Amino acid sequence: MSTANKLSGKAVIAGIGHTAFGKHPGRGTVSLNVEAIRKALADAGVEKSQVDGLLVKAPTSKFEMMYAQKLAEALGMVPRIGGVYDHGGASNISMISYATMAIEAGQCDIAIVALADNPATGTRQAYEKSYGDDGSGLYGWFGTPAGYAMIARRHMGEFGTTSDQLGAIAVACRKHGAANPHAQLRKPLTLQQYRESRLIAAPLRRDDCCLVSDGAAAVVIMSAQRAKELGVAKPIPILGFGQGQTSWDVALRADLTSTAAGVSAQTAFAMAGLTPADIDVAQIYDCFTIAALMTLEAYGFCAKGQGGHFVADGRIEIGGALPVNTAGGLLSETGMPGLQLVIEGVRQMRGDAVSQVRGAAKCAISNQGGIMHTHSTLILGN
Amino acid sequence: MQATAESVPAPERDAINGPYWDALAAGCLSFQRCDCCAKAWLPARSECPHCLQDRWHWEKAEGGARLVSWVVYHIAYHPAFANRLPYNVAVVELDQGPRMISNVVQIDDPERLVIDQRLRLVFEDEGGTAVARFAPA
Repeated sequence: MSTANKLSGKAVIAGIGHTAFGKHPGRGTVSLNVEAIRKALADAGVEKSQVDGLLVKAPTSKFEMMYAQKLAEALGMVPRIGGVYDHGGASNISMISYATMAIEAGQCDIAIVALADNPATGTRQAYEKSYGDDGSGLYGWFGTPAGYAMIARRHMGEFGTTSDQLGAIAVACRKHGAANPHAQLRKPLTLQQYRESRLIAAPLRRDDCCLVSDGAAAVVIMSAQRAKELGVAKPIPILGFGQGQTSWDVALRADLTSTAAGVSAQTAFAMAGLTPADIDVAQIYDCFTIAALMTLEAYGFCAKGQGGHFVADGRIEIGGALPVNTAGGLLSETGMPGLQLVIEGVRQMRGDAVSQVRGAAKCAISNQGGIMHTHSTLILGN
Repeated sequence: MQATAESVPAPERDAINGPYWDALAAGCLSFQRCDCCAKAWLPARSECPHCLQDRWHWEKAEGGARLVSWVVYHIAYHPAFANRLPYNVAVVELDQGPRMISNVVQIDDPERLVIDQRLRLVFEDEGGTAVARFAPA
């Protein structure tokens, strides 16, 4: 791996933890975060007093000032580095990359990256925003699904992508979710059922849209050397990461079928000294099926415009050429924005996933936020 | 007019976008063009998003446009639109370059629209506010 960045493999994910996914009536995000972090620390075999970095994604459901400090208090922790980071659903992998760089720079020793959300039973404040203060409400332009539908329609028009091809992504994720005892939605989906599912914002149907979920997840990051010293049982090396920002709102974006997922992946692959052909399993952010399809294209698993053909015929299911979202993704495991994909990537690399891809040694993971505004890529591997 | 849950949300007017809405009410769809780099844009901003300068002027859109993409709502995210389902929302690109959110009107079936088809501007009223919608050219 002569082309790999010097940071590649220097840090590891030492521990993972998550709450049950679904509904947690009466519990706030601080409580959910504490549970996930308690489990991640136990998984890593680390005491909270050893942790000096606490990076937290702002709860999507409600924004609060100084949230990470409120969480640190609930955890009885006094980290050196601590705060909230927000660029939507891409934040988790971005925080993992910042933690890795902070550890390498000597700014902290062991970091926790965590996120909690309770939009199912708590507030949905942030989910109910409308678009623009520019009068677009006069035209009825509301809701996140419509933003993705606008992109999907253009992709269909430019490349002939079909509704059935989007459906193949939902079918694959639901199949994997059905096998996952932790999944919020364990009901498999046939293509025929997909075709009959309710239109939300055409061309997108209900089953193109992710779940709305309460829950929390956390990971523990440290250097590979520290993991060795502490005798961490199953450290998984972080081989590469990268980010990209599309920035422009859907209405203004010059090319609706291109996003910065490509530059994000290129940065991560270059850091790892790997190519898409080296990847055995992928966890691809599937807030909406079209997002997963376009990410597979942008990452180079297939050519731009060929995503529809790529995902068909079971190619992204267990046993296919590139199994995707092996725990069910946002469409089936939990709608929480992103960290569950990292956790499933770690399980796959440990070799103890429920739907384990045999012999999998390299995993690519995507996180993205907004309407494909932000993107972050993580490559794990042994 | 007092806003209610059922009224269509009115735009938030300010010193920068006020002329846009005033012009629309007078039957003119306008956009900003930079005095420095000549790039054009919508929605209204105080600085050019290309060269960042703050010297620009308003120009009138001639009315020709193309359909970039569109969606058809089958559920209402705002109560004011519940009785209009299904309705379409489109991204249109004016011939002068700026893009905007709008609706395509004077059509029977929005599922039969095609990307990049030509459109022409029509002015309509939406709850007392003038809006710029588009019909097939």
